[in-house]
Amino acid sequence: MLEDKKLQLLREKAFQARQDILEMVYRAQSGHVGGSLGAADLVVALYYHLMRHDPKNPRWAERDRFILSKGHCTPVIYAILAGCGYFPKDDLRTFRRPGSHLQGHPYQPKTPGIEASTGTLGLGVSTAMGMALAAKLKGERHWHYVLCGDGEVQEGQVWEAALFGNKYHLDNVIAFVDRNYLQTDGNSEDVMPLDPLAPKWEAFGWRTYDIDGNNFHEIVDTVEAAQRLKGKPTMIIARTVKGKGVPFMENEASWHGTPPNQEQFERALKELTLGI
Amino acid sequence: MEYRATKQGYADGLIELGRENPRVLVLDSDVAKASRSCDFQRVFPDRFFNCGVQEGNMMSVAAGLALEGFIPYATTFGVFATCRAGDQVRNSIAYPKVNVKIGATHCGITTGGDGASHQANEDIAIMRSFPNMTILVPGDYEEARLATKAAAAFKGPVYLRFGRDVYPVVPEIHDGFQIGHSKLLREGNDLSIVTTGIMVSEGLKASDLLRHKRIIARVIHMPTVKPLDVEVLLKAAKETRGIVTAEEHSILGGLGEAVAGFLSETLPTPVRRVGVKDVFGESGMAQELLDRYGLRASNIAEEALRLLQRK
Repeated sequence: MLEDKKLQLLREKAFQARQDILEMVYRAQSGHVGGSLGAADLVVALYYHLMRHDPKNPRWAERDRFILSKGHCTPVIYAILAGCGYFPKDDLRTFRRPGSHLQGHPYQPKTPGIEASTGTLGLGVSTAMGMALAAKLKGERHWHYVLCGDGEVQEGQVWEAALFGNKYHLDNVIAFVDRNYLQTDGNSEDVMPLDPLAPKWEAFGWRTYDIDGNNFHEIVDTVEAAQRLKGKPTMIIARTVKGKGVPFMENEASWHGTPPNQEQFERALKELTLGI
Repeated sequence: MEYRATKQGYADGLIELGRENPRVLVLDSDVAKASRSCDFQRVFPDRFFNCGVQEGNMMSVAAGLALEGFIPYATTFGVFATCRAGDQVRNSIAYPKVNVKIGATHCGITTGGDGASHQANEDIAIMRSFPNMTILVPGDYEEARLATKAAAAFKGPVYLRFGRDVYPVVPEIHDGFQIGHSKLLREGNDLSIVTTGIMVSEGLKASDLLRHKRIIARVIHMPTVKPLDVEVLLKAAKETRGIVTAEEHSILGGLGEAVAGFLSETLPTPVRRVGVKDVFGESGMAQELLDRYGLRASNIAEEALRLLQRK
């Protein structure tokens, strides 16, 4: 359950994250703005409410782990890690620039708070399975949150990982599919149909939920419900709006990997401001 | 001559590691009986994970385990480890320099009857091109056991290459194993024979053949293909008239090209490569295929003569 005060905080943090996402991608003139905006509420809910973590001690053994399997959405995780204090906010200005620790796709050795190197799709789900298995072997009780894209779950490796999570009963995994129905080349159901998606995960032995991934109440309530159940991993189909928060970017596949120009950037910031 | 499988050296090394280091885990992808990782499974069932037929997932799972402090040995056939799971090895393991050991069995032409689809003749080439990857290609059972253990003590990704068949035991290479160090097996100053993997026994035989023609070859065994033992190579280049490399692998991208590439930029030296030419293999018995693809002592000796005549 979310109290009103907390809800207000999450809204503010998501607003801030969206501003940072736009600025990062605009400044770099490179990066993935649409998916990052759409997933901002999920990642904010995790880092500012659901997860146990300590920005001062990124390697704290008992921390909950977040793995960004849709690795192209670094703007959202970098914005939130910087917002939490994992590294100086000024670093965001170096996104995708030579010498920066903020690579285009997550690079675990260099960026404080990044748990796994991902980028080619599918890696993060499998890596999370390995980390979750490690926690079981060590008797540790932290959670593993994974965010994958819906285009990503067309990748065969994701289903290999799904089989693995079922075999080893990795109930310390709570994963999300960022279900915005849009991928690089268009609508997912045209490119390679995925629906009905939840039954597919059910059939692979996962517990599933189908929620509005831009609604903080639904995100928090669902994760808390999943945490109470044992025996199998959880997949939350989180329906999101790609480009969420910037009206002219919403539900447009063209904003998958195109940076805004100056005019679009200024308009986006303005409309984002108006949207609050 | 005694014959033993290098993959058995891997399996026996794993069991010793299992006893010595609780952080060592073994993963396999439904080839545990063939790779012999089933031996580890028998002794340590709780530290063995069969991933089924999904090599890509296994590599990324191994990365996850390593990020949490374990030392996983991800085991599968060489073709699957490098071609099928090349992306996961590159991006989950090599790029972030994660402490995963890849145990690749059934490498090279001697995989035999399964034919070209299962004969990894390009695995060293693929692994060499990944930054951060250390490549160990032991020459016999005992060296395989030692290399398996050395990999655990080394922090970082390691590709361990083993064969399916039994190969001659070569007592000269049993004197320990240090990653990055080659072994001088015969003194000589006419030319140098540099071997890796199971070609060590052919290299030694070749030096005997050459001795009959009064050519005294230096024989250097190089079980670490990456990083190269450059000091020993430079010394050989300075003190002998040229180098013949021998590997049970394609001549493209393997030991031979590594040696030639290094020397051409530091001390240009004639280098001739014995290995599988730019062709796919075929089904057959291991020993037949070694003959048919020119991976014998006689082939090494021929290249040595060619090299000396050219000079």
